[in-house]
Amino acid sequence: MFELPSRRDWLARGSYGLGAIALWHILCQEGRTSIPTTSVKARAKSVIFLFMMGGQSHLDLFDPKPKMAALNGQPIPEHLTKAKKSATGGVLETIQASPRSFRPYGQSGMELSELIPHTAEMADDMCLIRSMHCEQSNHDPAQLLLHCGTPQFGGPSIGSWVTYGLGSACHDMPGYLVLTSDDGHGLEGAGSSIWGSGFMPAAYRGVTFRNARESVLYLANPGGVNFESQRARLDALEDLNRFRQATTGDPEIAARIASYEMAFRMQTAAPELLDFSQETAHTQSMYGLNSEPTRAFGTNCLLARRMVERGVRFVHLVHSTWDHHSDLSKRIANNCKMTDQPAAALLKDLKQRGLLDETLVVWAGEFGRTPMAEVRRGVQPDGRDHHPNAFSVWMAGGGVKRGHVYGATDDFGFQVTENPVHVHDLQATILHLLGIDHERLTYRHAGRDYRLTDVAGRVVEGMLVPSESQSQ
Amino acid sequence: MEGRQNPRQKNMPGEGQTLFETKPSPMNMRDQLKPDRSRERNARRLCSVVVAGFMLLVGTGLRGQDSVRYQRDVLPILADHCFVCHGVDSAKRQAELRLDERGSSTKTLESGQQAIVPGDLKSSALWQRITSDDSNQTMPPPETGRALSPDQREILRRWIEQGAPYEKHWAYIPPQKAVPPLVTGAEYPIDRFVRARLAAERIQPSPPVDRTTLIRRVTLDLTGLPPTLLEVDAFLNDPRPDSYERVVHRLLGSEQFGERWARWWLDLAHYGDSDGYLQDFLRPVAWRYRQWLIDAFNTDMPFDQFTISQIAGDLIPNATISQKMGTGFLRNTLSNREGGADLEEFRVNQVLDRTMTFGTTWLGLTVGCAQCHDHKFDAITQREYFQLYAFFNSADEANIDAPLAGEHAAWEAAKPDYDCKRTELLAPVTGQLQALQTEWEQRILYTESHPSEDFAWDRTLELLGLQWGQNLGEGQLEGLGIIKTSPSQRTTDQQQRLQDYFLRSAPSEYASKLKELNVSELITKLDALTKALPPITRAPAMTKSPATRPNHLFVRGDYLNLGEQVNPGTPSVLPPMQGEGEADRLALANWLVSRNHPLTARVAVNRLWQELFGRGLVATSENFGVRGDRPSHPELLDWLAIEWMEQGWSFKTLLRTMVLSETYRQSSASRSDLASIDPWNRLLARQTRIRLSGEAIRDSALAVSGLLNRTLGGPSVKPQQPASVSKEGYANQWEPSQGADRHRRGLYTFIQRTSPFAQLVTFDLPDTSRSCTRRERTNTPLQALNLLNDPNFMDAARNLAARILREAPTNDEQRIVHGWMLAISRTPTPEESGRLLRYVQQQRAIFLSDPAAAKTLLNDGLSGLDGEWVMFASVLLNLDEFVCRE
Repeated sequence: MFELPSRRDWLARGSYGLGAIALWHILCQEGRTSIPTTSVKARAKSVIFLFMMGGQSHLDLFDPKPKMAALNGQPIPEHLTKAKKSATGGVLETIQASPRSFRPYGQSGMELSELIPHTAEMADDMCLIRSMHCEQSNHDPAQLLLHCGTPQFGGPSIGSWVTYGLGSACHDMPGYLVLTSDDGHGLEGAGSSIWGSGFMPAAYRGVTFRNARESVLYLANPGGVNFESQRARLDALEDLNRFRQATTGDPEIAARIASYEMAFRMQTAAPELLDFSQETAHTQSMYGLNSEPTRAFGTNCLLARRMVERGVRFVHLVHSTWDHHSDLSKRIANNCKMTDQPAAALLKDLKQRGLLDETLVVWAGEFGRTPMAEVRRGVQPDGRDHHPNAFSVWMAGGGVKRGHVYGATDDFGFQVTENPVHVHDLQATILHLLGIDHERLTYRHAGRDYRLTDVAGRVVEGMLVPSESQSQ
Repeated sequence: MEGRQNPRQKNMPGEGQTLFETKPSPMNMRDQLKPDRSRERNARRLCSVVVAGFMLLVGTGLRGQDSVRYQRDVLPILADHCFVCHGVDSAKRQAELRLDERGSSTKTLESGQQAIVPGDLKSSALWQRITSDDSNQTMPPPETGRALSPDQREILRRWIEQGAPYEKHWAYIPPQKAVPPLVTGAEYPIDRFVRARLAAERIQPSPPVDRTTLIRRVTLDLTGLPPTLLEVDAFLNDPRPDSYERVVHRLLGSEQFGERWARWWLDLAHYGDSDGYLQDFLRPVAWRYRQWLIDAFNTDMPFDQFTISQIAGDLIPNATISQKMGTGFLRNTLSNREGGADLEEFRVNQVLDRTMTFGTTWLGLTVGCAQCHDHKFDAITQREYFQLYAFFNSADEANIDAPLAGEHAAWEAAKPDYDCKRTELLAPVTGQLQALQTEWEQRILYTESHPSEDFAWDRTLELLGLQWGQNLGEGQLEGLGIIKTSPSQRTTDQQQRLQDYFLRSAPSEYASKLKELNVSELITKLDALTKALPPITRAPAMTKSPATRPNHLFVRGDYLNLGEQVNPGTPSVLPPMQGEGEADRLALANWLVSRNHPLTARVAVNRLWQELFGRGLVATSENFGVRGDRPSHPELLDWLAIEWMEQGWSFKTLLRTMVLSETYRQSSASRSDLASIDPWNRLLARQTRIRLSGEAIRDSALAVSGLLNRTLGGPSVKPQQPASVSKEGYANQWEPSQGADRHRRGLYTFIQRTSPFAQLVTFDLPDTSRSCTRRERTNTPLQALNLLNDPNFMDAARNLAARILREAPTNDEQRIVHGWMLAISRTPTPEESGRLLRYVQQQRAIFLSDPAAAKTLLNDGLSGLDGEWVMFASVLLNLDEFVCRE
């Protein structure tokens, strides 16, 4: 019979947490293993990925185009309309200048919109990329590309790749957690596929953390089962499973016992995560927990901070929806009201706790919006269509430049004119900051070694704080 | 072959992969042959961190001085380290050198050098380059991270010195039937192959498993459900020598057999009950294909017919409805109904998926790799990929009328009256309507060939191609297909359906004319008429396209960048298609099931083996290509493949052959003597414990608690789950089914692709957008939470508890034994029952002190029940032994 680790051994090694369990499973999946390299020095330990679902208008938030004002309502230059097909059947002919005023913020003088005053206050900590682009003009494929590196369904999300590559540093929570919020229109797009593990094992799937009594699915004890009763149930199970392990010698049983222990720890840890009573009133109001529009996203942002504090590797916030084909003025302002203050509070809070250096915060949608007004039959013309040719994303912390604007677009924000950053480049850079070489983090599936960045992607050095450790 | 190897050689390609190899590239996994003590120490240390008892197969040793074999030794090195630049892919080929063929690797290159001079190491440029110290010269280039190890160089050295003989990849050579070796004590051919190999390795097989575990194992494997206590008792008390054969016979004849194996095949088809993509519309008749599978397995449809129906059932002369329904296999591709790109792009994506799914399912090859470039490792060119693609490019989606029992007669009786009334209703406006519709059809056709001229008509065409049959699971391009069919050729049904679409979805510029004709009132009346007509349930299927589409390869996989024109055809590395007829899907299917096809039977046999033994004889069941694993027992695999074909491709016969073997009937207990030499159990010296699928875990809980609704077949159902799960999709709704439909088997659970049923996802339901040949089996805390706290499982626990109290006498000990036997089939050991007794007493005390909790737990139902027994039953449903088959 084998010598098997006791429960104490397991718990003593708790720092491996799910990582150990997951690693165990990597090991069990022979024939499909890659051991990711960390030859690159890691700058960030964890990622908070603020996904702005639906594709926000870069022209109204991040990329001022003063020359458009004079041309408002006029036909867009023909060479641009030729390059563009409507995603949803609207008519795209006339220029729609942004009615939003922009001004420089901070020492860096980064120009940002009046819609995001709180975020703008953090300009000196942000690296704003104005030259993002991709080739997918529909929600699903563009969201999948941003998260999974391919416009097709079935690939693992970036959060899965990261936890697969680095494991978890959290012993009472999964390494990849997902928090969602919306503006009353629900989630829009590829659904849970953007945090799914695709062809990787389910252990790498993003776990949706619900801001409710049952934050994780089936986390709460069944009605009528108190703590003592639950503990007794787990103790009995463990002993019985251990008896079986002694008989069969199956090491998988040890992993099962450990997964039940982890489940039990999650039952304690998750409510503790949600318990904000130890957060000061100042912190709570900074995140906007006390006022209605900011409460949902603010709660998620505060949770995100609490999660990375506890070692969660990848926190994925999804806020829907920025898909403003119509009623743009009102809806984008509404979304900004919901998200601006909390996102800024998150940066501020991470910074003052000394966590920003080791936490990479990414704020991104799947594409931008057209400089042309979208006119749909029977709808007031106040909207913009999907626009993958050029859009903006910002990052902060974790080794990216502070107060820096990277890349530029033409006078209409239509095409990238300087330092283009493809979605695959963004992914390569994120992995790089975590100490992962995007070309070497592979997973073998159906006979092929897959990468997050498919066959493309390059690390965009121009967005990174220079570091001597880069020489290797 | 392998059986004659020196017994010292325990190396099995694909398995010497040292998992803790520090080199970054996964490409190097297979190369570490040399015993390396420091690595071993490292490995052990890491191992003990993860979990002790897991041992690495480290250091399998270089193979003495015997000859190097191309297939076994050389090819894996070349494939992993060289073929990326010197392989089949002509676009990426460097220096005009390809190393995968002898003719090319030994020819004189432009540089005047010769990569390989057989027998002459010094003159071989390959040898010079792989041993060079000059980093500009070294191959593989250092920056690729694909450096060769000294052992690999040694293999290449010996191979060149031996004259560099090449062999064809094993999987492309038709199987040969070997005579099973004679082994004392082994009677069944499977055991003779397995035991001969074990004897060569000086390993004893494991003893037969006890009879209780055996009936549990075979019942779970063949039906996906645990045996009932009666079934266990009957078997234990059956003294006849063929009692086990009788059990197997009964199971193969049960209805549950078809359900279990249909779910297996649905993974390959990547079945779902919705379209996928953003809006994820419903496919209310997708289940007809699932039903077809259940029936096919239950009637033991031979695999050749099974194959032909699914690839080309519609093309079989005088095809029956059932044969056509087989092509539902090809209807599990996703459908984008949102728009924003060309209809043609969506169609092309579907054809690509069909080609890939076909390649994975029947060929066990990763043909999809050749979509954008020549395959880097396998001898499939991009041209050949598009020759396969061409077979599917000429097939269109089209649902068919496939009446359920009793439907046809009622429909037939009412239809003449319907047609008559319909004509009557439309008679006053027929002429004008027809004129409008004809104009509309012409504009549609014109727009298709002249895009971007008129925005509104572009959109009209697009909507027709996106929304036709939305939420009915109909083929999207079918409406367009009808328009392309000349009116005289259209069936009455096609005419009526096109007219229905036109009346409801005509572009706005027709609005005033349609208003004049009072169409909205007509629609109301037509609706009433249609509602009164008894329905015919439809089924997803494929049909030959009315349009002839030229086939081109796509340059770099881009459908707008057309390259060379190609005709349908099969890869040249495989035997050619026979016959004079048209190279269509039917010819393709017939080619697959021809006797000399090297892949079809092996691939399928291997997957069945995988289901029964936890892994295939070829571990990479999705990839039989050069980079896949080699079979652990090549002669056994071939024997099974040929035997299967000779027995008429019967699933049941083949499965019976497997489960009757002693190899199958061995104990699955781990053995310390095997832990270090065969941790993956490739030699089959024991059986394997396997965690059950999510469906089987749910089914088992329902079955032992008495809740399971055993109704066979029918539409999908929605068991209960929190509403928040479906909110993860865009517009998804999850209205739980009512009553007994909540307790159907897991394979009937509705699969909403963008937010599938959470319990199944948690237990590794594969992603439904791609074909899956082997499920992951993970072990996560979310699974624990699911089994501990999900109201569905607590419901099962309550019912199991009620059953125990009903059936077992009144003392605790007997109840514990009875409950255990219901759940686990065997009797508990004294240690187990003692622990449970203590547990029951503990829970009893807890509930005595908190009667309100007990009341809540009992859910105010099931009178006479006590909380401790619910908690007892719940423990049973969470046991590792309950969720595994041993």
